[in-house]
Amino acid sequence: MIEDKSWGWRVFKAFNYLVLSIVGLICLVPLFHFLAVSFSDRAATVGGLVTLWPIRFTTASYDLVLKAPVFYQSLIVSVQRIVLGVSLQMAVTVLMAYPLSRTAKSFKGRNVFMWLLLVGLFTDWGIIPWWLVIRSLGLMNSIWALVIPPAMMPMSVILMMNFFREIPQELDDAARIDGASHWRRLFNIYVPLSLPAIATLTLFSIVFHWNSWFDGMVLIFDVNKQPLQTFLRSVVIGLDTSYLAMPQRMQEEFLLFSERSIRAASVFLSMVPVLVVYPFLQRYFVTGIKLGSVKG
Amino acid sequence: MISENASLPSQPQTRSRVSKLSAYLARSLPLYIMVLPGLIGLILFSYFPIFGIALAFQKFNPGLGVLKSRWVGLDNFRHLFALPEFWRITRNTFIIAVAKTVALQFFAVLFALMLNEIRSRVFKRSIQTIVYLPHFLSWVILGGLMLDLLGSTGLVNQLIRRVGGDTIIFLGSNVWFRPVLVVTYLWQEVGWSAIIYLAALAGIDPELYEAASIDGANHLKQIRYVTLPGILSTVLLVAVLNLGSMLDAGFDQVLNLYNPVVYPTGDILDTYVYRVGLVAAQFSLATAVGLFRSIIRLLLVVVGYWLANKYTEYRIF
Repeated sequence: MIEDKSWGWRVFKAFNYLVLSIVGLICLVPLFHFLAVSFSDRAATVGGLVTLWPIRFTTASYDLVLKAPVFYQSLIVSVQRIVLGVSLQMAVTVLMAYPLSRTAKSFKGRNVFMWLLLVGLFTDWGIIPWWLVIRSLGLMNSIWALVIPPAMMPMSVILMMNFFREIPQELDDAARIDGASHWRRLFNIYVPLSLPAIATLTLFSIVFHWNSWFDGMVLIFDVNKQPLQTFLRSVVIGLDTSYLAMPQRMQEEFLLFSERSIRAASVFLSMVPVLVVYPFLQRYFVTGIKLGSVKG
Repeated sequence: MISENASLPSQPQTRSRVSKLSAYLARSLPLYIMVLPGLIGLILFSYFPIFGIALAFQKFNPGLGVLKSRWVGLDNFRHLFALPEFWRITRNTFIIAVAKTVALQFFAVLFALMLNEIRSRVFKRSIQTIVYLPHFLSWVILGGLMLDLLGSTGLVNQLIRRVGGDTIIFLGSNVWFRPVLVVTYLWQEVGWSAIIYLAALAGIDPELYEAASIDGANHLKQIRYVTLPGILSTVLLVAVLNLGSMLDAGFDQVLNLYNPVVYPTGDILDTYVYRVGLVAAQFSLATAVGLFRSIIRLLLVVVGYWLANKYTEYRIF
């Protein structure tokens, strides 16, 4: 592009940088403020004195949350559901995408399966039928209730199928003539060539499982089996602090934290994995959304 | 016998058809095995729930189950449509969903256009990384953050008091609740939604800009006559595909931010279904509300995809 050096354009450019910087700040400032709250003492947080820097720095809120066994228990459940849920979902996705990427001639019934999938993509019968189905399958109060229902995601099958279809037909033909079965073609040609797409879908699946809280809330009654986000909700939104080993009497300790700082500390502890990993993986997410958006 | 005679000539043909089929199956059986897990998932979680809809036409008793509960025809719907709160939540849902969708698309396009004019790669990358971040946080986390920020001791009210204003109880006010939903939603999603427009902007042929500049168009005119037409089709496509979300006001967000004080303006179909169905265990009424929402949503989604298919190059596969 030819550089425009007019005065008006320069003003516009400066204004543009300024506005975008402000947008960036608006995204960051609330998080910094919340971090400062989590490290401030009771008087400062209750009085609304904290802005962007902790007042009378203390880690009391973190100590309190980290002392609660439920916190670790729910973290373990979250890790379990990610390991089980993501591998299950990816297996179902890759396995179903391969046959659907064939032509209707070489895979009879392909179009029927495709329609079944599309109807699944477009319909959403609401939470009551969903809840009743999971209950009638006997999955209630078990980790499988969090893992099996999201294993089949029509959109991720369609994205995977689209990716498989971009792989040159010649590779498939050559392998078929050499006598390679469908299983070998899937695992020795299609999967290795689709690693970028698989990585992206895996990341989205991890984020989905890490962030899910509603299923844990209505499908799991046992607090010890609930995932981290569900537990976090009872602390942060429900303001339930009964699981914490609160000091019984007014002690020195009691002056160090408040409901506000506990809430902030809990939120930050659960954000740590996202904050650590996210900057490095951001570009994969971005490729992912392009994978799923406008084609052709 | 006639039938024996008649069947004789056709026998070799049948046999070859059978052997052809068995050869096809030997070759293609793996394909059917591969489809199976996904198919079971679809049947269980996309088709099986259709039977749950029966509840909407029953006086459902969890002790008796779907098969033995009493059928009541359209009674649940008659009851529902007579409830003033039903029309209130439908209206809330629609207003909130439309406001969120329209505002998001407007600001996402604006953000993409502004970012597109930035030449410094480092600055561009940093801004993108920062504004995409909230998209990856759950509404439990964001809800906790907003409850704190907008509370009476929160940062926003600290600022308001510092400039001499009075404390505003944002989440306990029927005037403020809807704007708060829209603004916090924008805060979370604007950056992420701009990705698709940034991709469209990157796809505009640079020669068009050169040609325009040779013809004497200044930068603002180039934006007006090259950039905007260049992303118009993407903007329209997204708008059309968003039709399906006209009744999707954001269950996660509302459930984590609302409270009984703001039910008049903030209660939506999904939160109502949750409270009536899973909290109060009035399954039949809740299913009726859910079914009403599902059917309207399905119609809108189908119309949206049909329009996209007809007027643009968009295909989901």
